[in-house]
Amino acid sequence: MSSHDVMPDMDLFQPLQIEDALALADRLGDSAWLLGGGQDTYGWLKDRAKTSEAMIDLNGIESLRGVRETADGIEIGALTTLTDLANNALIKERYGLLSSAASRVASPQIRNAGTLGGNVSQDVRCWYYRRGLDCYRAGGNLCYADTPEGMNREHAIFGASRCVAVNPSDTGPALVALEASMVIKSVDGERTVLAEDYFVGPANDIENTTALRTGEILTSVRIPSTWANATFFFEKVADRNVWDFALVSMAVAMKMDGDTIEDARFVAGAVECKPRRLADVENAVRGNSRDEATADSIGTLASNGARVLAHNQYKVPMIDNLVKRAILAG
Amino acid sequence: MTFMHIGKDFVPPDVEGKVTGDAKYAEDFRREGMVFARLLTSPMPSARITSIDASAALRMDGVIGILTADDLPPTMPPANPILASEYVTYVGQPILAIAATSEHIAENALDQIKVEFERRDFVVDPLDSLVEGGPDAYPEGNAMVLTAPEGDENTALVGVIKPVKWPAEEIEKLRRGEEPDGTFTAGWEYGDLDGEFAKCDVVVEESFVTAGTPHQCMEPRTSMVYWENGKCYFHASTQSQSAVNNGLAAMLGILPDDLVIINENTGGGFGSKGTSYPTMGISGNLSRLLNRPVQLRITREEEFYIGIGRPGMQGWIKTGLTAEGKVAAVDLIIISDGGPTGQNSASSSAGHISVLFQPSAMRLRNIPIFTNTTPRGAQRGPGQNEMAAVLAPIMDKAANQLGMDRVAFRRLNAANSDSGIYADQSPVTSAFMAEAIDKGVEMFAWQAKASQPRRRGNKLVGVGVGQGYHGAGGYGYDGLVRIHPSGKIDIHSGVGNLGTYSYAATSRTVAEVLQCSWDSCEIVHARTDKHLPHSSVQGGSNTIFTHSRSNYVAAMDALNKLKEIAAADFGGTVEEYSIGDERVFRTDDSSKGMSYGEAAQRAIELGGHYSGQEYPEDLNPITQRAVTALAGSGLIGAAKDNLERKGTPPGEIIGFMEIEIDADTGKIEVTDYLAVADCGTIMHPQGFSQQMNGGGVWGIGMAAYERHVYDPQNGLPANVGLYQSKLPSMLDVPANMASAAADIPDPFNPMGGRGIGEPSQGCAVAAMTSAIADALDGHLFNRIPVTADMIVNHVADNSYGPRSLKLNTF
Repeated sequence: MSSHDVMPDMDLFQPLQIEDALALADRLGDSAWLLGGGQDTYGWLKDRAKTSEAMIDLNGIESLRGVRETADGIEIGALTTLTDLANNALIKERYGLLSSAASRVASPQIRNAGTLGGNVSQDVRCWYYRRGLDCYRAGGNLCYADTPEGMNREHAIFGASRCVAVNPSDTGPALVALEASMVIKSVDGERTVLAEDYFVGPANDIENTTALRTGEILTSVRIPSTWANATFFFEKVADRNVWDFALVSMAVAMKMDGDTIEDARFVAGAVECKPRRLADVENAVRGNSRDEATADSIGTLASNGARVLAHNQYKVPMIDNLVKRAILAG
Repeated sequence: MTFMHIGKDFVPPDVEGKVTGDAKYAEDFRREGMVFARLLTSPMPSARITSIDASAALRMDGVIGILTADDLPPTMPPANPILASEYVTYVGQPILAIAATSEHIAENALDQIKVEFERRDFVVDPLDSLVEGGPDAYPEGNAMVLTAPEGDENTALVGVIKPVKWPAEEIEKLRRGEEPDGTFTAGWEYGDLDGEFAKCDVVVEESFVTAGTPHQCMEPRTSMVYWENGKCYFHASTQSQSAVNNGLAAMLGILPDDLVIINENTGGGFGSKGTSYPTMGISGNLSRLLNRPVQLRITREEEFYIGIGRPGMQGWIKTGLTAEGKVAAVDLIIISDGGPTGQNSASSSAGHISVLFQPSAMRLRNIPIFTNTTPRGAQRGPGQNEMAAVLAPIMDKAANQLGMDRVAFRRLNAANSDSGIYADQSPVTSAFMAEAIDKGVEMFAWQAKASQPRRRGNKLVGVGVGQGYHGAGGYGYDGLVRIHPSGKIDIHSGVGNLGTYSYAATSRTVAEVLQCSWDSCEIVHARTDKHLPHSSVQGGSNTIFTHSRSNYVAAMDALNKLKEIAAADFGGTVEEYSIGDERVFRTDDSSKGMSYGEAAQRAIELGGHYSGQEYPEDLNPITQRAVTALAGSGLIGAAKDNLERKGTPPGEIIGFMEIEIDADTGKIEVTDYLAVADCGTIMHPQGFSQQMNGGGVWGIGMAAYERHVYDPQNGLPANVGLYQSKLPSMLDVPANMASAAADIPDPFNPMGGRGIGEPSQGCAVAAMTSAIADALDGHLFNRIPVTADMIVNHVADNSYGPRSLKLNTF
């Protein structure tokens, strides 16, 4: 693969209407590759670690772009770029958690091209898998990372099932915290899936990171008003402050009643193959103040049950530390 | 000294092209009939090639031809072959090249080639190979037993590959931080080591490990080659248009006269493009074989493999201080990760200590071990900068045990102009480190910063100090100047152009000597058929010192000839003539004189040595050819640098850094950084600050970001690209990095300058590892890089084990 860096041969389709794209996706089935911003796609294809017979380029479909206000919140087109998402006034005003998360994705250049749909649908970044090795996720029968000698610093501490890769999305945890739902279309119609259910772990589906199926296209993301204007916290810890994936991230939404946390959603990223709801933490903080006593009382609730690998044990204190920071921030 | 040009900013001629995008690199050139080559590389770290079947690929439409090791002279290991023949020894090693009418076809053709391998054992960590029973990177063994003295890091090793093994207990001693007993293949010693240790009040012993790092040149080493009328025209990515000639000509089996190297701009070399390198032999030979122009574009991933890397080190150091704080003795062991080529920087690592701490006695014991990782070679401050990284906190520990201020300790042990360095305690041209330290202490407000509280909220504050050193200059190269009858002055330079602009800064020496306008000068470079003199590489921080000398002697030769010609026409001796306003005239009557252009015309008429028909016999053959080609076209100034010599011109810097560590996340923020250089006269202020800042960024990367990771299960690398290697980004380094200089002229350079590029990385990485240890109550990781996970684990008291001394790992 080292000598490959130009696009392989494939048929290119560039529909202008979503109906045409859905018809193509239905007709081409598994042989089609959906192209959004290309920030996941081009690496796979140019490295020739994955190939496809056809590509459906969605970028000509204008209806997939933009942010719209709805009766109960907002709807964001799947092709909306991460830059537009981060800068959108409505989102910044009401759902600052998502703005913060979008603004920390990769780099300005990648955010200019990358889309919300791509960010939540991207494949895992396990370097073994990306090299094209025949691991479980690639249809093989072993995992190179989950071994005593595996180079697994960035891998999962929760939810491993043959595969120990994490979901790399920065916006995913924010959408789960905001109780977003994903709008999925196919020639058979439309279905909506809660963000929490959109992301799937290897125990349920080892070859896909989302509930998206062949022939389906993620067209938009709806965010209800449930958590609009709540108190938010987002932090992404990465080796570098730009152009990097999270080592651990934390997306938190809290409804405050005076000094008291009335309700909260705590969601960690990069610790599992899907954004991880920290239900024990949510239950523990509900009804308490945002103070040292509450933060201390949380202890290791976030990391309880973690299973560490040879090089990722730091994620255990890191996730606990981020929960405490979320409680004490501001 | 008051200069007309030196020490003043100017706009080097290639800046505009780089800003506008007009600058051309090797990949930008096309030629009618050009074909595109692609490499088939090894997918495994160690194997025997049993068969290659390219017949299906060669039958494809658009495929033009193939080059394999069978088309090339054999290479003896551990020399890095142009193409692998029987054995491959690293993932990504080129096995063959295939050429086609488009890149697309060439890549598709690669998929049709069948190569069969017999897998061999492999190893990615030197200690895993050195231990009894460990695998060897080569069938013959794991170490080079030298039969000829070792050259610099770019010189091929001469010796025999043999297995060298240590008992497991000795490896374990090293891992525990104790002195191991085993076989070494290189080293040096001076002074009475035992006697000096006996005088010490404080002795510190530590084991350490430093990651190798890929060079990651922004411009991969793409080449485009064509042959015409028996000559090879080679568009290359290189650090010199001169130092590459002989090696590349030999690789192609031609005379240097028949080779034209074309290289106007180079997007980074960092030591990896200093001389001819193997992939040059692929495009050159394939183009001749096919009788077609060939472009071999190197992909980002290929550049990781064939672009070589800095050797990693596993080692042990014992250092002893007297009660007064003098470093009395240093005992050093270095086991180097030489990759499959075995290149090793241990002597430079030890030399770094000998320069900056001036121990009374010192010993180096060294063994480079072959591994099946990327080939290794010189990288910015080879040996010195990685030594600086681990040395700083260890020396801090020793100073702290003595209750001595860390900066005062360094000042006490600093080299001066009478100091000796390295094994032979050879002299330096001059050294003013104490003056640089004094300046830095004041500018950084060291005392105030060092005495501040070490906690700000949840942030741990660390204040560090570190030093960088590199031998920064050479002697004996040639200068070549031509004055046209039009008055235009050509300054010929074979120094490469990596973007440091030192090729241009040193050319201004000519304008200084001739007291002429810079607008009247043109730097002639970029193509060897423009007749370039024997020049050094633009590397090793040596351009400033080396080529201000060589340009000075050429300009002085031209100046003398100007005066001789004027004296012949207007009478008197050369001593009675002066220059000004680009004229040469009688000092006592300026009306009696001529312009430089008129003198050049007279030089043509006079012939002989005035216009290059004759030249000094001690010129290098490369320069002789250049002068011959220019003969009769103007006044020629050509000379070899025979100016007075005195040992090594040292480039030294002291760096000061303040950091904040987020104890929750392990993230490090650099809140203040200052580097003060001892590099003589600053020849080009913008170039100076660019090097100080660029090296500083890389030093921060070396301390806390850049990694080199191989899976011991399958020998695959995990950091093949810029993203995976974690080079620091703009947002990981301070927006403002301050730099200054002692600014005391070096007496052995006519302009007073010495080089400084390389130690600017070493002082930054050292200041940062020093600051990290300071922030963590003196905790020593003894490893670079120190990453967020290591800090979080340390704070959480996890069982993380840097003592394992593992290399090529997280």
